[in-house]
Amino acid sequence: MSESVAKPYGVIAEFENPAETMHAAEQVREAGFSRWDVFTPYPVHGMDQAMGIKNSKVGWFSFLGGVTGYTTGMLMIWFMNAFDYRIPVGGKPYFSPFSAFPPSYELTILFGAFGALLGMLFLNRLPRLHHPLLKHKRFALATHDRFFVVIETDDPQYRPDATRQLLESLGSKRIELVEE
Amino acid sequence: MGAAAKVEVPCTCPPPELERVPLVQNNRSIGWISNAVAGVAEGKTPKWWWPAFVVSFTMMCLCFAMIAYLMSTGVGVWGLGHPVMWGWAIVNFVWWIGIGHAGTLISAILFLLRQRWRTAVNRAAEAMTIFAVMCAGIFPVIHVGRVWLAWWLFPIPNANSIWPQFRSPLMWDVFAVSTYFTVSLLFWYMGLIPDLAVMRDRATTKLRKFAYGLFSLGWTGSNRHWSNYEKAYLILAGLSTPLVLSVHSIVSLDFSVSQLPGWHTTIFPPYFVAGAIFSGFGMVLTLLIPIRKICGLEDIITQRHVDLMCKVTLATGSIVGYAYGMEVFIAWYSGNPYERYAFWNRAFGPYWWAYWIMISCNVLLPQLFWFKKIRHNLVVVWVLSILVNVGMWFERFVIVITTLAREFLPANWGYYTPTWVDICTYLGTFGLFFTFFLLFMRFLPIIAIAEVKGVTPQADPHHPLGGAKLGGHH
Repeated sequence: MSESVAKPYGVIAEFENPAETMHAAEQVREAGFSRWDVFTPYPVHGMDQAMGIKNSKVGWFSFLGGVTGYTTGMLMIWFMNAFDYRIPVGGKPYFSPFSAFPPSYELTILFGAFGALLGMLFLNRLPRLHHPLLKHKRFALATHDRFFVVIETDDPQYRPDATRQLLESLGSKRIELVEE
Repeated sequence: MGAAAKVEVPCTCPPPELERVPLVQNNRSIGWISNAVAGVAEGKTPKWWWPAFVVSFTMMCLCFAMIAYLMSTGVGVWGLGHPVMWGWAIVNFVWWIGIGHAGTLISAILFLLRQRWRTAVNRAAEAMTIFAVMCAGIFPVIHVGRVWLAWWLFPIPNANSIWPQFRSPLMWDVFAVSTYFTVSLLFWYMGLIPDLAVMRDRATTKLRKFAYGLFSLGWTGSNRHWSNYEKAYLILAGLSTPLVLSVHSIVSLDFSVSQLPGWHTTIFPPYFVAGAIFSGFGMVLTLLIPIRKICGLEDIITQRHVDLMCKVTLATGSIVGYAYGMEVFIAWYSGNPYERYAFWNRAFGPYWWAYWIMISCNVLLPQLFWFKKIRHNLVVVWVLSILVNVGMWFERFVIVITTLAREFLPANWGYYTPTWVDICTYLGTFGLFFTFFLLFMRFLPIIAIAEVKGVTPQADPHHPLGGAKLGGHH
């Protein structure tokens, strides 16, 4: 494995429509690749199944956020109004789960929302200020109207010629190497 | 295939009268959508933009000048006084925050209900929400009198180590409004990430590439990312739905938890929420009807979108009308003389004119939306959408002022009139709103590009236009 100066990051195949891309994704998955991805200008319905992606784990982050928010709200109000500095108001109880509910409910949503956004960014390893694909000229069309299948050279199944042939057989008319 | 041959099928597609109007007209390609939407924020600053911006900016400065005058002099510069201690500030607060509700309804509730037409309007409506909540947030802060003590609302102990007390709905409101603003902002920003990447990839100058690149967080459009992204979007929609219903409910509790006739009713939470969505859709129509024309986006924000928004306005306006009727009925049915008087006073007392403006703008005029001819006349729709918000402003005026001006004891009665400071502060918040909205139009994609692409037939891998072969697996 004697490497030259620029080791390619992966091989990128361009497709023109979502149906071809989805077909390609199914075949690449069948071929047993693990370090590969599909890039689309919008989320293509059914692509997750085609690629064999499991249900996203974002929900857990949001759930944890929500539980934290609700507990924080209830404990905070109990601590402030019933423990640290009691103020009698209109004969009402110092702490009641009913009057403490609305702020705790809002905090559930607030922390749950942060959980969803930050969880999504964490699972996607974003923000990322540099990516080899973003340097690739043609790849800018991935946010416009083109679809790309990228297989990384780090994939154990990757063979320079065979992989390219596979992508060609799937109907891609433009296959290039992406520099690291 | 063989079995189907026995039955003669005259036509595979539905007859023309049953076919749905497409969401994006003229069969535009997905690349066209990027060009059309991003083009609005990319090209030369259009001629109309600068005058609009200068006027808005001046009005925003007027708002800040009025606030400075208020803070340096005291709340006496407003028309407040015994017995009306809540004047325009609270009317404006409830009005602005109500307007915000349509954005969240479109982005969250219509998403959960799979209303795909929402994609064309959700970005602008969410921006409207954020800017409206900013305008709303000013009023509770400045109406407290000693603005420098507004931090007592936050859950931190004051100089005497006393905490805020959470048995008051005013504290609930602090949490509701601040959560609403924050979550709306998160939702809006998350929706913007893929579109900021579109802007980054199209940018021609270094500065734009850097700025859009920074805020798009390195988005590549990877499907593994989309998978997490869509889940997060669904969860945010699921969280925002109870949020939007709770915010105006809690705002209404500021009133209904009190004992005053006209305020102390259980119908307030749903009635306020319906009114909020009603006024919000009014504002969305007011903004988008000119925008689609000026920015050449008629193929994306189509007549069908306007039509559907008119129908939502009609539905929520009718709910509001029902609530008005029910309020009056319950006041009579309760047998409580104070309640009965409060509602008689609203319609025939010294503020009768405000009540009848409210009834005509909120209940009667929106009924015109039953007619297709009206819904298809954009000028009429635009005028009606403005009147909806006039009516909704008067609704809050009627609720706040008439009740306070005629309490239980006639010795406590009075008549409230605003001062020029009240009026200029309110006008100034329009400046704030439009300054931000114009900047938004100039620098960010005003339509959710990726989402609109997703609802076109070209984007569907199972549609012939998306490359699917007829009769094949895909």
